[in-house]
Amino acid sequence: MPAALLVWLDTVIQGILLGGLYALYATGLSLIFGIMRLVNLAHGDLIIAAAFLILALAQFAGVDTLLAFAIAVPVMFALGYLLQRYLLNRTLGEDILPPLLVTFGLSIVIQNGLLEGFSADTRRLPIGSLAGISVPLGGGIAVGIMPLLSLAAAIVVILGLNQLFYRTRLGRALRATSDDTGTAQLMGINNQNIYAIAMGLALAVCAVAAFFLGSRSTFDPTTGPARLIYAFEAVIVGGLGSLWGTLAGGFVIGVAQTVGARINPEWQILSGHVAFLVVLILRPRGFFPRAFD
Amino acid sequence: MTVASSASPPPFTATHGMAIRFTAFALVAAALLFLPIFAGRALLQNLFFVFTMLSLAQYWNLLAGYAGLVSVGQQAFVGLGAYALFAAALIAGLDPLLGILIGGVVAAILALPTALVVFRLRGAYFAIGTWVAAEVFRLVLAQFKTTLGGGTGTSLGPDITNQMFGLKWIAATFDVRTPAARDIAVYWLALALLLGTMALVYLLLRSRRGLALAAIRDSEAAAVSLGVDSFRTRLAIYVIAAFGTGMVGALIYLQKARVSPDAAFSVTDWTAYVIFIVVIGGIGTIEGPIVGAIVLYFLQDYLAHFGTWYLITLGTLAAAVMLVAPKGLWGLFAQRFDVHVFPVRRHLTISGTEEFESKPD
Repeated sequence: MPAALLVWLDTVIQGILLGGLYALYATGLSLIFGIMRLVNLAHGDLIIAAAFLILALAQFAGVDTLLAFAIAVPVMFALGYLLQRYLLNRTLGEDILPPLLVTFGLSIVIQNGLLEGFSADTRRLPIGSLAGISVPLGGGIAVGIMPLLSLAAAIVVILGLNQLFYRTRLGRALRATSDDTGTAQLMGINNQNIYAIAMGLALAVCAVAAFFLGSRSTFDPTTGPARLIYAFEAVIVGGLGSLWGTLAGGFVIGVAQTVGARINPEWQILSGHVAFLVVLILRPRGFFPRAFD
Repeated sequence: MTVASSASPPPFTATHGMAIRFTAFALVAAALLFLPIFAGRALLQNLFFVFTMLSLAQYWNLLAGYAGLVSVGQQAFVGLGAYALFAAALIAGLDPLLGILIGGVVAAILALPTALVVFRLRGAYFAIGTWVAAEVFRLVLAQFKTTLGGGTGTSLGPDITNQMFGLKWIAATFDVRTPAARDIAVYWLALALLLGTMALVYLLLRSRRGLALAAIRDSEAAAVSLGVDSFRTRLAIYVIAAFGTGMVGALIYLQKARVSPDAAFSVTDWTAYVIFIVVIGGIGTIEGPIVGAIVLYFLQDYLAHFGTWYLITLGTLAAAVMLVAPKGLWGLFAQRFDVHVFPVRRHLTISGTEEFESKPD
């Protein structure tokens, strides 16, 4: 294979791996929109908050990073449950303003709270020797183990969530609430509880995203909004209501970014946005739409 | 909102107390106009901040509170207005005063293609879409390296800012040096933009278009079935808000005389504060943002030294207001005392019967 082609192939592979991470950002957003039509503007900041939680456990409590990650997942689930149950459930209704503005306020509070607690320094999660390992794919192309694991994690998370939705009693309740809240309530489903569980799941996925974000790149308290935007782009490009679509959307944004960066390093983020805008103009409902709003 | 069945023009007539209100408003405006005679530079600079933030808040309120367009990307138009002014002054050599108008025009022109893309997103997703649009403008402007300084930005030298139209007259009349004259000039410009903004929003909401807007907000399906063009009405409001926001953005950066993409397109500075002003004061009223701007101003005095805590306080306060009293501080006050300084609600009067009043909700 000619060398020039290899460079582009490598670029696309790196883009797909990056897309896996973006899909992890986006899965939680997609999930809560699908179940309760809530758009959480603090989603990116919650990912960064989870990264700081893992960092705090690993650095200040001296726990191994992997164990810290394992602790962060249920902690974030509990936080999501409580957040939805006692704050965000009160904002749900016909009017879109309360959820948007409350989560926007939450976003600013989390960002500045993290700045106050952890300063504006850029951080990285200590993962020891794992960071340096790369897997050769032949032809001189090699991929880092962490990017590869983040894509694997995205696939496992989506598989797991789909199993949960279609194979369990809880999943049935979640889908019923998503389809028709009123009827689901008549069938004895407590939608307040269902919403809280959905937000718990979304934040547990945020913790997974945070682990891979923090182990493959740096983060600081102000990097949340950019994560929200990538997640949102992946959700819209993939089409509302489909988690596999969200993964595909993550690939599109990730590949657009690495290809853009290959042409000019300054164009990385801009190319992702442009790809999103092009899809929005050509296919306003994304590639795999399921929901109708 | 109640609409008369066949009345055209709409059944709006002068409300009682209008003359009193108008006189009071004119007196306040006149007092603010002549304030530079007595006031020091610090007060003028503080009021400049309040006036520009309040103008931005009125435009955001027009979008979110009346047109149902909850944008978190208005910083796009602040930044575009600012950069248009800098480009007009630095590249075309135009007077900064003209640059303010150009800032508004450029923002309005670019709002059209932006709207065609972001209007494809519904409700809450529209909000993040506007944010992406603002990011795109920020990243694109950072690419203008030789003319506008790229990512680090650029400044307006004294050779440009001191030559602004009318500055010599102010310096001579008030017998002050050029920097103080500039403070007075930008103060007056901010006051003029604020009064123009208030008049525009007020008259717009009392016009047929305002009635259409309220109808869409209250029930889009019903409004559309009665012949209201929802898309065009919203588009018009979006472009008008972009025009005003662009002019205010240009003025803010004329005063700062230094611009960079990260500052001019900052979501915190130009959208978060603005949202907090509107929400705390009371969304969906003209009076609300005024109350919110006053609260922001006094909170800033108390919390200026705490930086992040200021934003944490504002964010918490705004979220709490949205949960406990969604109509904000002004809403609580107006509900209790039935006071409306800028009434834009219509009362349906059926001839031969008593006045029939209907509230929007």
